[in-house]
Amino acid sequence: MRPRWRAVGVLVARRMALAVPVLVVVSVGLFGLVAASPFDPVRAYLGDRVMVTSQDTRDALAERLGTEAGFGERWLTWVQATATGDLGTSLVFRQPVAEVVSDRLGWSLLLSGTGLGVGLLLALVLGTLAAVRPDGPLDRAISTAAATVESVPSFFLGLLALWLFAVVLGVAPAGGLTDPGEPVTAEQVLRHLWLPAGVLAVLSTPWLVLFARQSLRLALADDYVAGALARGVSPRRVLLTHAAPAAAPGFLALLGARLPELVTGAILIETVFSWPGVGAASVRAALAVDVSLLAALTVLGTAAVLLGTLLADALAALVDPRVATDG
Amino acid sequence: MGLGLVLTAALVAGCSATDPDAPTGGSSAAAGGSEGIVIGVGSEPDHLNPVLGYAPDGASRVFDSLLVREADLSLAPSLATSVPEPSDDGLTYTVELRDDVVFHDGEPLTADDVVFTYETVLDPSVASPLAGDLEALAEVVALDDTTVEFRLEQPYVPFPERLTLGVVPEHVLAGTTDWDGVAFNREPVGSGPYRLVSWTAGDSIVLEANADYWDGAPEVTPVTFATTGDDQARAARMSAGELDAAVLPARLAEQFEDVEGLQVQRRATADYRGIMLPQEHPVTGDLAVRQALDLAVDREAMVDGVLAGAGEPAYGPVAPSLADFYEPTAERTHDPAAAEQLLTDAGWVLGEDDVRSRDGVRAELTVMYPAGDTVREQLALAVATDARAVGVDVTVDGLSWEAIEPRMGTDALVMGFGSPYDPDFVSYQLFHSSYAGQGFFNPGSYDNPAVDQALDDGRTAVEGAARQEAYSRLQTELAADPPWLFLTYLEHVYVVSDGWSGSDVEQVEPHDHGFNAGPWWNLQDWSAQG
Repeated sequence: MRPRWRAVGVLVARRMALAVPVLVVVSVGLFGLVAASPFDPVRAYLGDRVMVTSQDTRDALAERLGTEAGFGERWLTWVQATATGDLGTSLVFRQPVAEVVSDRLGWSLLLSGTGLGVGLLLALVLGTLAAVRPDGPLDRAISTAAATVESVPSFFLGLLALWLFAVVLGVAPAGGLTDPGEPVTAEQVLRHLWLPAGVLAVLSTPWLVLFARQSLRLALADDYVAGALARGVSPRRVLLTHAAPAAAPGFLALLGARLPELVTGAILIETVFSWPGVGAASVRAALAVDVSLLAALTVLGTAAVLLGTLLADALAALVDPRVATDG
Repeated sequence: MGLGLVLTAALVAGCSATDPDAPTGGSSAAAGGSEGIVIGVGSEPDHLNPVLGYAPDGASRVFDSLLVREADLSLAPSLATSVPEPSDDGLTYTVELRDDVVFHDGEPLTADDVVFTYETVLDPSVASPLAGDLEALAEVVALDDTTVEFRLEQPYVPFPERLTLGVVPEHVLAGTTDWDGVAFNREPVGSGPYRLVSWTAGDSIVLEANADYWDGAPEVTPVTFATTGDDQARAARMSAGELDAAVLPARLAEQFEDVEGLQVQRRATADYRGIMLPQEHPVTGDLAVRQALDLAVDREAMVDGVLAGAGEPAYGPVAPSLADFYEPTAERTHDPAAAEQLLTDAGWVLGEDDVRSRDGVRAELTVMYPAGDTVREQLALAVATDARAVGVDVTVDGLSWEAIEPRMGTDALVMGFGSPYDPDFVSYQLFHSSYAGQGFFNPGSYDNPAVDQALDDGRTAVEGAARQEAYSRLQTELAADPPWLFLTYLEHVYVVSDGWSGSDVEQVEPHDHGFNAGPWWNLQDWSAQG
């Protein structure tokens, strides 16, 4: 099987070109929603002080913050600034947007990446074990466990893990990026990472397990698998060289679609474990109608989805010759 | 299955697991010597810039202010060498500054920095949220390096209360145009007892003692504020021994009541909750209805039920903890029978559905509350129950603030604020007729000449006894003609580990607490006991 580098290159180029109008539409949509939002950014800016702030000061603030301008005007200003690399200033955090994002995005990626990575490995192993002997005791146990975990709310599982490992057993810290007051070192962060990442891995495993199991079972039921077995190819080899590549594209597509969760999917886990990621910042930005920060986060999120699906499709095309490349 | 069940289990188990030498533990005071402290808070400040509204009432740790507040909230000199007295016409306050104060970057703090700080707050192009606090101030002038003159528009006796704002360095901030994006907001340069070491956004803020502090370096250092937004998670971190102190809701703090080495502290506040009753409403516009509802509400039951005991009844806008100004004779007793009599006498007669009406007007009203604020929601529901018992039909409606604001002139609203520092603060704007209908200032358009007079007297009475009399009169007049149903003062609840001397000095707290207000308001005076 010869990878089709050229066809895949064309696919990547075409998708990249398409991404530009998609991002434009998404950002226009965001500014439209902000303009239609009933929430008042000046109130959010003032917080509780709104109760002791005169209407004059509120009006002056609205003017300084530029929240009164029309939506077209605000969008144009934003596009011009963004084109020069200036993402604007976050009203909620009183800090440049680029700093708000760079302060937090890395921690979110670390947590979600580790969680999803471990979850993926776990899912592949368990999914394969389950698929090899369909309806065997192992398959039933794995499927039942996956369905059970899938039905548990993530907040609940997080608090349960926090209580068990941090409070009862005392083997993990009860939250934060480092021990309070300690500098950010690899040793500290790793010690604080394993529990929330572990919870996230457990939470992301169920669907991946069920999907891996299903894809593999379908592939194993195909004629060419039976043919290969009949020719005397060892079952292990059949699984790895025949069934797995056939099952991979569907699995990769699913993964690609879940890539945005790297950024936003862990909000609740970040909350339970006091993890300083981008999740809490997104929620605050949305409630406070912090346009600059929202725009940056939305565009980043959209780009992550586009990139994720592109990566998945490209990989799928590379590993499976039957996959078409858009055209 | 209830989440609460597991959480309760977590807390019970947590208590037995608390151990000062826990392997994951933070610093323990018991070790003696120069000690750090880890304080668990629910949120971090948005910024640490005084001119944008950070810690206007002192206790800012990183900054010094002209005056500071003692435990009893009286003003004391800090950067100023004495508490300034007004000139004879009440229009100027002259402040003498210490000449030995330097910012954390080594530059001296002079009168120019003080002038820069206050002028920036007044600058309309900055639109500081604090501008309203200084509306009485016309200009600030540096007479020499250590003398600043504040000139007022009109006499305003409580003005020195506004001199607790942190002073910022002109040499760092001069020429700033983008105040929301300036690096100073997160890397402040102050002259206070502590300096900022690090701020990991969303995780922690670390301060260390300013070794060169003019008033002596604090003993407790470093100070770490660990941000944990979720109350349950913060309680778990306290149980795990990671925190030396934490802000917690009363119901979660109860679990630590009998834990060795920890104390649960309840602190009085001036933060009250009540129902604003609009004057233009056909039912609440009637004095008899307002008086009757005022007698019908069971404040004690609300403190016990809604607040889990962490509060006290409110009868007016001056907190009982402000002993100098509180008027105990304005307290009322819960008396539903008298309430019914008042309503009947005023012509509100019971109909078939147990709701009163007069001249075809049904005794019904809507009480709005901000959705998501459970204390306000439960207070609204408690008022609805009490009102129904005397024949007034109250509907509660949880809304966003944006939906509430346009309706405040015609529908009742659960409101709250309150300042511990001066009885003029907030009350003037809330109850003086000159502020009628101006946003959150007197939204119900309450207009009572006797109340106006008392508030004006309080602003101009220079002599202490005359001020006390004015505010005593204010409370009596508000009780006779209630603009609000004042319901409860809140208490803030904390868990603090043993072994800190200075942690028991109580100060009445404002609404905002955590990073500044709290048992640690005077942290620079604390020391670890061996």
